[in-house]
Amino acid sequence: MEGKIRANLLMCAGTGCVASGTPKVKAALQEELQKRGLADEIKIVLTGCNGFCAEGPVMLVYPEGIFYQKLTVDEIPKLVEEHFLKGRPYEKLMFREPEKKTAIPTMNEIPFFKHQVLRVLRNKGLIDPENMDEYIARDGYLAAAKALTEMTQADIIKTVKDSGLRGRGGAGFPTGMKWEFASKSVADQKYMLCNGDEGDPGAFMDRSVMEADPHSVIEGMIIGAKAIGASKGVIYVRAEYPLAVKRLQLAIDKCREAGLLGENILDSGFTFDLEIYLGAGAFVCGEETALMRSIEGKRGMPRPRPPFPAHKGLWDKPSVLNNVETLAQIAPVILHGAEWYKTLGTEKSTGTKVFALTGDIKNVGLVEVPMGIPLRTIIYDIGGGMKNKKKKFKSVQMGGPSGGCIPEILIDIPVTYEDVVKTGAIMGSGGMVVMDEDTCMVSTSKFFLEFTADESCGKCTPCRVGTRVMLDMLTDITEGRGKDGDIETLQDLSRDIISTSLCGLGQTAPNPVLSTIRYFRDEYESHIKDNWCKAGICRKLCSFHIFEDLCKGCGACLRGCPQQAIAGEKKQPHRIIQELCIQCRSCYDTCKFGAIKIGPAGCKDIKAMRELLEKVKEVKG
Amino acid sequence: MARLTIEDLKKIKEKQKSTFSLREGGYRAKITVHMGTCGIAAGAREIMSALLDEIALAKVEDVITTTSGCAGLCAREPMATVEILNRPPVKYGDLTADKMKEIFREHILGGNPVEKYALAVGSETTY
Repeated sequence: MEGKIRANLLMCAGTGCVASGTPKVKAALQEELQKRGLADEIKIVLTGCNGFCAEGPVMLVYPEGIFYQKLTVDEIPKLVEEHFLKGRPYEKLMFREPEKKTAIPTMNEIPFFKHQVLRVLRNKGLIDPENMDEYIARDGYLAAAKALTEMTQADIIKTVKDSGLRGRGGAGFPTGMKWEFASKSVADQKYMLCNGDEGDPGAFMDRSVMEADPHSVIEGMIIGAKAIGASKGVIYVRAEYPLAVKRLQLAIDKCREAGLLGENILDSGFTFDLEIYLGAGAFVCGEETALMRSIEGKRGMPRPRPPFPAHKGLWDKPSVLNNVETLAQIAPVILHGAEWYKTLGTEKSTGTKVFALTGDIKNVGLVEVPMGIPLRTIIYDIGGGMKNKKKKFKSVQMGGPSGGCIPEILIDIPVTYEDVVKTGAIMGSGGMVVMDEDTCMVSTSKFFLEFTADESCGKCTPCRVGTRVMLDMLTDITEGRGKDGDIETLQDLSRDIISTSLCGLGQTAPNPVLSTIRYFRDEYESHIKDNWCKAGICRKLCSFHIFEDLCKGCGACLRGCPQQAIAGEKKQPHRIIQELCIQCRSCYDTCKFGAIKIGPAGCKDIKAMRELLEKVKEVKG
Repeated sequence: MARLTIEDLKKIKEKQKSTFSLREGGYRAKITVHMGTCGIAAGAREIMSALLDEIALAKVEDVITTTSGCAGLCAREPMATVEILNRPPVKYGDLTADKMKEIFREHILGGNPVEKYALAVGSETTY
């Protein structure tokens, strides 16, 4: 247990202060506190930018609220002695003239920025991605220089292993171990590969990294190549990312000119060159063996493992394939060391993870957070909650077509590889699709299965036929042809497909179905038994009704109805003419008073509707 | 470009740092228009050309413009970051060409951030 904390030191770790020395000052401060035996009672916390970048590094001491500026390593012993031992503020570094306060909030005051810590996205929005010098100015290629001249292969692998870095493509395999396997393989040629074939619906973090900071990926690859002993590399990017391809190519050209790629890099004697391969957009090519076949010019289809790519990969030579986000983290790990990397995250999931937030959420965007942060913080603080404030959160889909839906009851889980897997979803590449109460979970799982059934390469039967059969069943359920026992059949089929498919695509394709059945079984049941899609998404399984006591007669629904199916006088309750209604939902979305309710298919009687809704409430209550 | 050595990396870093901090570069302000796919799709190019027009019109030479990738808050694109010498950076969101022009006149020429369009001041935690 931690003892009583007597003071919190909020050190600014904004870009400006880090550049002017926060990491060094923090280390010195920590050492000094340790030396004086104060480490247990005084806690150092890193924060976002204070806005006083010109006077950085800066630090705010709580509870006193004293603000120190222009900190240096040399001043630290004096400061600790004065302030924390003798208990009087160290005036020399104290902030004096209060600056005119503007009404614009600082990054620390905005939840979207406050909870983020940037490592992968360290250059996000700061550098011109087409200008290599700007990357170099932010410590670019210093890690490569260190790895090539001061470290052995074993040193690099040990650092990456010790850092606990795990593959950010989805499976979370330890990166250092992958490198170790490949480094031990003996061959005349090895390959270092980068997976930029980002295919999950709703995921866009790899694209952003390649667009905003292409050199960080290249630097990671140079270091990886040295670690495993590869002299050639390929970045596999989908052709749908033209801007990423353009910026990567520019970066590669610049590196060749500057001797950062090619022979004798930085006069270290190490040779490594790199090219881009454009993928045609098949989802299965994100799977490693299929990706390698695709680079060889063959049809992108997976093959059974073993042999693993670390022994037989591209052109049957030992190869390592890492995700874009993984590679972008390598340079800081090498530069600052494994211990630094582990300061964020949990024991088994170290560091930070980038998430692409989309769906019914207010702040759609790209965020990077320390592992272990509660899911709730990501959705409500960073994401700003639901886009439509009146709607309730229902579920968040993580891991794309291989993942699952996490329901509201589990929203307080910490986001780590292990905890997310327990829910039936996976960390995946980091797509988070947020859904509000107007989402039909059966349709959602059908959407993902449509995707995987479509993208199945067809090589193995369980995936090719199995996903199709499941999709047909889900289509039946959403169109009112569901039968008793369908849910169980879906579960059985899922288990078979998972256990017998050849590659990750088939082995994970049923996950969205399984997880929605697990948490939203009642929705499947009401689709099948009551012909009732309570969210009003499945057109054949719903009817719309206006409750007279709630209707103000404003006429908004009447004006929006494409079928003229709504009748009523101004300021008098309206009603829907069921025979004309096509369940387009426009009245439901327009009504500001919540007077329109969704009933089961074919329900004509409002009275029956009320009774039904009451019953549902009782059961749920 | 000549082949780089490790010494060169450090030199470039120092040289760039001085331009980054504006001070030694002799610049008074730097405007970064965020041009990732999301920004471009939301109209960042128009913002950029409006800005360049304004700069040409005002005939100022101590202002630099640059582009960068996605700033993260895709929902509020197009975005731009304005940095004035010795001031923390200010991020603007939901921009239009007209808003950019107003920001140029008020903030870059006048020195007063346009509060109604500003999202935040400062930079993010990078550690």
